[in-house]
Amino acid sequence: MSTTTKIVRYELRDLVRSRWVLGYLLFFLLFAEGLYRAEDSSLKALLNLVDVVLLLIPLAGSIFGTIYLYGAREFIELLLAQPVGRRQLFGGLYLGLALALSTAFVAGTVTPFLVHGMDAPGAWTTLAAICAAGVGLTCVSVALAFLVALRFDDRLKGLAIVILAWLALAVAYDGAVLLAVNAFADYPVERGLLAATLANPVDLARIALLLRFDVAALMGYTGDVFQRFLTGGFGLAAALAAAASWLAVPLLLGARAFQRKDF
Amino acid sequence: MIRIEGLRKRYGALEVLRGVDLHAAAGTVVGIAGPNGSGKSTLLKIVLGLVRADAGRVWIGGEELKGGSGYRGRLGYMPQAARFPENLRGSEVLRLLRELRGPGTAPDEELIDAWRLGPELAKPVRTLSGGTRQKLNAVAAFLFRPELVILDEPTAGLDPVASSVLKDKILSERTRGCSFVLTSHIMSEMEELADAVVFLLNGRVRFQGPANAAKLATGQVNLERAVAELMREVA
Repeated sequence: MSTTTKIVRYELRDLVRSRWVLGYLLFFLLFAEGLYRAEDSSLKALLNLVDVVLLLIPLAGSIFGTIYLYGAREFIELLLAQPVGRRQLFGGLYLGLALALSTAFVAGTVTPFLVHGMDAPGAWTTLAAICAAGVGLTCVSVALAFLVALRFDDRLKGLAIVILAWLALAVAYDGAVLLAVNAFADYPVERGLLAATLANPVDLARIALLLRFDVAALMGYTGDVFQRFLTGGFGLAAALAAAASWLAVPLLLGARAFQRKDF
Repeated sequence: MIRIEGLRKRYGALEVLRGVDLHAAAGTVVGIAGPNGSGKSTLLKIVLGLVRADAGRVWIGGEELKGGSGYRGRLGYMPQAARFPENLRGSEVLRLLRELRGPGTAPDEELIDAWRLGPELAKPVRTLSGGTRQKLNAVAAFLFRPELVILDEPTAGLDPVASSVLKDKILSERTRGCSFVLTSHIMSEMEELADAVVFLLNGRVRFQGPANAAKLATGQVNLERAVAELMREVA
């Protein structure tokens, strides 16, 4: 068994007993159950789920990620005093937390739908897409949080930075893009809009998920632009590459910061 | 066992170590004394590979440290403050460390018995008192029969009984040939344990030698007064 696997196993054992992770799971369980009961169609329930996934998961991943790394500081020092490589330890810490949060989210969300069943055509693929987007956003936000926590020793500063980043990417970004589109309504803005979407992982997930619903039609011309872009080979490749770099860049920078850090 | 030459470390504008040389033969206890901020912990952390030195070289058992992690298999470390993953049991923390070390000699559980830690190890770490966590920390440092043990204020937070158990352990392992580098603010403890005392001040070695020599050099009756005298001389 590799060093990374050993660390992941013990971290999971710790996190499975953590009240925060259990609370996170419980939240999704109750929320999905509530949606199922409140909405008459399962597609409507899923559409509501998208909003929560896009808003809550990046926030939870960022905050969990920073607090976890700050809290593990002394234990990291103890582990680094063992014959353990820094790269392996960083990988283990990251995978353990990303895995725990992703599992809590997927298990909490999927269980109510599995119990009650869904009848709308395509509902299961849509649920799978939501889960994939949620897991992806978890991985990205934990990677960003680790990077911030490693670069800033001041815990308050670190937390403030991830919360501001979340506000910017998950809340304010959309409004800013809409404003820009409005202001330049007389010009062909599709290219700029596409670029703006690729540049934000939350927006990318939002568009990819919304296109699965009929509401894409409500987005009118823009929806059509995205539909054509994301279903084309080049567009899909660009979207996947953008998503992958949102994961890879913070992870690599984080691993480098961990490698060079003075503990 | 351990040799340090010309060690330098700077944090931004703050020069913590300004060329530290140190030498300790196998089977000796080196005590590092010095006021807060004199660079004691940084020195220990460089030996452990937790902090990277700006300049200087470190050898442990003849092997020069060059960024690899393998040498730490021969080291034990007891940090100043112990924090473990809250929801793990003490026994699980020790098992993780054992798995990370890989199969080797049978673990040294003498301290677990001496402190009767058995029942405490079955509880989640978050429910343990500060002193018990510190004991767990000490157990971890000795568990793998290290050749060199690094202790950062080992008896801080331990009651007198627990503290003397730890000191007995240090002395008995020393006769086995194990070497120690420890920091402490308690000079009586230093006098009791250390074969040699290194007095750090502002990132430089101000004095290095047997505790007796420090007393003779300053004309003081005990190490505490000798160290105070050394600090005064510089100020």
